[in-house]
Amino acid sequence: MTKPKNRRTPASRQREGANQAFKWIGKSMKRVEDPKLLVGEGRYIDDISMPNMLHAAVLRSPYAHALIKSIDTDEACALEGVVAIMTGEDVAKSTGVLPTFSNPPVEQRCVAVDRVRHVGEPVVLVVAESRYIAEDALELIHVEYEELPVINDLVEAVHATGDAVLHPDRGNTNVAMHRCFTFGPVEEDFNNADVIIKRNLRWPRSGAQPMETCGAVASYDRGMEKFTIHVNSSMYNYVGWLLAETLGVPVNKLNIVPVLAGGSFGSKIFLHKVPVIAATLARECGRPVKYIEDRIDNITACDAHGPDRIYECELALDENRKMISLRCEVIDDYGAYFQFGLGTHANALSQITGPYRIGSVELDVTAVLTNKCQQGAYRGFGAEVSNYVMERMVDAACSELNMDPVEFRLANYIQPDEFPYYIPTGNLYDSGNYPAVLSKAMELLDYKGWRRKQEEARREGRYIGIGLAACQERSVFSATEFWMLNKDPGFTLTSSPESVTVKLDQAGNAVITLYSPFWGNSPETMATMILAEQLTLDPKNISVIYSDTDQGLPSTGPGGSRYTVMIAGALVSASAILKIKLLKIAAHILEASPDDMELRDGKVGVKGAPQREKTIAEVAMQAYLFRLSLPDEPDFDSGLVASSTYDHPLATLPSEDRSDLGIFYPIMGHMCHMPVVEVDIETGQVKFLDYVAVHDCGTVVNPMTLDGHIRGGTAQGVGTALYEEYQYDNQSQILTASYADYLIPTANEVPPEIRIGHVETPSPFTEFGIKGGGEGGRMAAAPAIASAIEDALRPLGVKADFLPLTPARLRGLIRESQHSKE
Amino acid sequence: MSKEHVTLVVNGQTYKKDVDSRMLLSDFLRETLGLTGTHVGCEHGVCGSCTVLINGKSARTCLSFAVQCDGFEITTVEGLGTVNEMHPVQQAFWEKHGLQCGFCTPGMMIAAVDLLNENPNPDREDIVEAVSGNLCRCTGYQTIIESVERAAELMRNSERG
Repeated sequence: MTKPKNRRTPASRQREGANQAFKWIGKSMKRVEDPKLLVGEGRYIDDISMPNMLHAAVLRSPYAHALIKSIDTDEACALEGVVAIMTGEDVAKSTGVLPTFSNPPVEQRCVAVDRVRHVGEPVVLVVAESRYIAEDALELIHVEYEELPVINDLVEAVHATGDAVLHPDRGNTNVAMHRCFTFGPVEEDFNNADVIIKRNLRWPRSGAQPMETCGAVASYDRGMEKFTIHVNSSMYNYVGWLLAETLGVPVNKLNIVPVLAGGSFGSKIFLHKVPVIAATLARECGRPVKYIEDRIDNITACDAHGPDRIYECELALDENRKMISLRCEVIDDYGAYFQFGLGTHANALSQITGPYRIGSVELDVTAVLTNKCQQGAYRGFGAEVSNYVMERMVDAACSELNMDPVEFRLANYIQPDEFPYYIPTGNLYDSGNYPAVLSKAMELLDYKGWRRKQEEARREGRYIGIGLAACQERSVFSATEFWMLNKDPGFTLTSSPESVTVKLDQAGNAVITLYSPFWGNSPETMATMILAEQLTLDPKNISVIYSDTDQGLPSTGPGGSRYTVMIAGALVSASAILKIKLLKIAAHILEASPDDMELRDGKVGVKGAPQREKTIAEVAMQAYLFRLSLPDEPDFDSGLVASSTYDHPLATLPSEDRSDLGIFYPIMGHMCHMPVVEVDIETGQVKFLDYVAVHDCGTVVNPMTLDGHIRGGTAQGVGTALYEEYQYDNQSQILTASYADYLIPTANEVPPEIRIGHVETPSPFTEFGIKGGGEGGRMAAAPAIASAIEDALRPLGVKADFLPLTPARLRGLIRESQHSKE
Repeated sequence: MSKEHVTLVVNGQTYKKDVDSRMLLSDFLRETLGLTGTHVGCEHGVCGSCTVLINGKSARTCLSFAVQCDGFEITTVEGLGTVNEMHPVQQAFWEKHGLQCGFCTPGMMIAAVDLLNENPNPDREDIVEAVSGNLCRCTGYQTIIESVERAAELMRNSERG
């Protein structure tokens, strides 16, 4: 779809272009975060200890769906070392419902009241002098349950009524929401289509599973009537204040303190249950309380399982073999609650037509509630699924119409001269060069060479496949994605800012304050590089700290591949303020005009006069301690500190009727993954022979860490494609509650070498032209691997229409195909 | 709960403590001694984050009781090196971007130290084998393997030097 006449693209607010000679940006820099982590001095949540601290453990439901008839805690209470025990009813006396972004809300509490809705849901809290004692006490608690009918299957969930309804107060149904969105002339396009390709696809329930679980250490100051919560959650300066509401205190009576997070990948984007449990117990006991999930807690009740969907898809092509329209009917199993509403589908609508010129699209989505742990965020936030769907449909079209997958993609791509480009949903793609990415990937892989090897191997009876996935990585979300698919929008927030404070101290060193946490990425290194670039500082003179909420400025946090773009924006603003002041003070000292001054290599000097200069340290000393030497004007007031807030660089509102979702995820990355696999048809095992990933994330800040994201994301995609799934039996008992059963790839399962290439198409809208790059690896790997497996097994006609393709399942598909051929 | 008296040598220092007989070695190191560099990821012996050297061999502290280690020598990440004087394995992980969130890293490095003590010239397969019992969710392992290759090189160079 080309740009409609009535649409005006907002002007770019970019101040720093991409075409500059950079000293730091674009060069690999070792991470400044690492030394402390390497010597065991990182401070993660379980490393926080406080005097007089107690430890909590949680009794979890063994049933998927049941009424709680009675709870007997007498024996547990009597155990020496137990300090307090709280049932859901006890908790509800002081602590309210958990924050939710769905509207109408699905009520969730940190401890179940009256009814449990999934295995692992908290039923009783115990707090004791040690975790050992707390866990002993769990075994002495007696709960009587009355079992209810269990909803496990997402299709059955659509029709369930009566006792099988999880939240009867919302009506006699487990359908949390059903919506159909049409963008452009879908019906007309399908009527005019020459060919319609149909596929049913299945995306499995997997999850982020960072090596560190969720945890919190909370204390309650009875004198100040104030909570302090240390927690490994992101978004604490964005929506953390909602926890105050849950705890029933004014927002200024809750201080949230960030700690290093041992990985998140989305799953710690906004922790609600864990910090509220710790805080509720701390208030009850008047002592600090630590609550750390163990792995079983995390797998069964982390509130962050990924999407779990079935799709019926139709792709319309015209007589020239151009894709013209896409129609998807999807049922998504959200589990027992609905914290983020249809946010994951809104996210995908930002790039649902992929890199292709598809003029219309329809999405019919049914969100169902079942007796499972609820969905949350996992690297892609739903758009990784639509990437899989789009690329499966493209492969299906190529396969059915006997077209070359490379030629077909090239013919359907949005062309480099068509940007900025509006897709049918109304989102804007800021820039891109898709043919360049594909051609680089083919060159890196030696595509033709591998096709030859594939032919030779086939003659030897070996099944080698070359995968291809060309996918989008939308970056820098606007908050409209959280609510715009609701029937009744609810709380229609539109801000997603990020702030920094930069202080140049008396000796000219810089301290950067970030208002969002470290969660495994490289915020300190990135901020250091950008500030060094802007103020010509030496990176070793820059340090980074993380602010709590008491001193918080408007910030959102990492997520949706936004952090580098947003921090760069805030740092450009803050460093501009400091630069002006440095120039003014130096101009005064050097008796020059501020207009004639420049920053050069850690000094402030007069342009064209190499001798007339002062070091930043000398100017900083003046700024802090020699006020009376400077003019009596407010510009010269003591200190060198600047705080700046950067709002979304390019966002608009959705239309009232939602036929146009507005610009909400426009900083558009792109990647092409080409794995080469060999399938052992006797065992169903998939082995990687090669793997190429070419990404376009605009201007690259730190190639080393970006490549790290790409490889790590790809490894997670390997898990999603081949091994990982939260499995529940038909009574919704979870079968994969430990790492013995939930299979994360080890060093043996990943490609031996992921060969990475970059194309840099700078964004015209962000500072330096940076685009996000945190999710792309996972967002392309699953469709690429599915494509490679299908290509390998083409002689057998096996379709990779569901994941994960575990050896057992793949062997099943191969057997079926062999039987049907006999 | 019965208490046992134990003597452990951790990172070269001798500790004499009374511990509950059921206290895990991971909790003893982290809580009793305050050595929180050893991380606990799964508590069922799969992820390997809590790996330390026990009498020179890598082992999981979430599957060991402190009392079982009475009289043993333990090396944790804190015993490898400091920020100013890093062990070659630590240096190499830094140089080769062998970590992101850092949570699995101490266990991963201990597995690498164990390998390099046994085999100063490991090939790629030896390294994959040595770290394949440790899960990392961030890196995809490639840079971890490169880090161990680099560490071997650094250690060989320093022996020659």
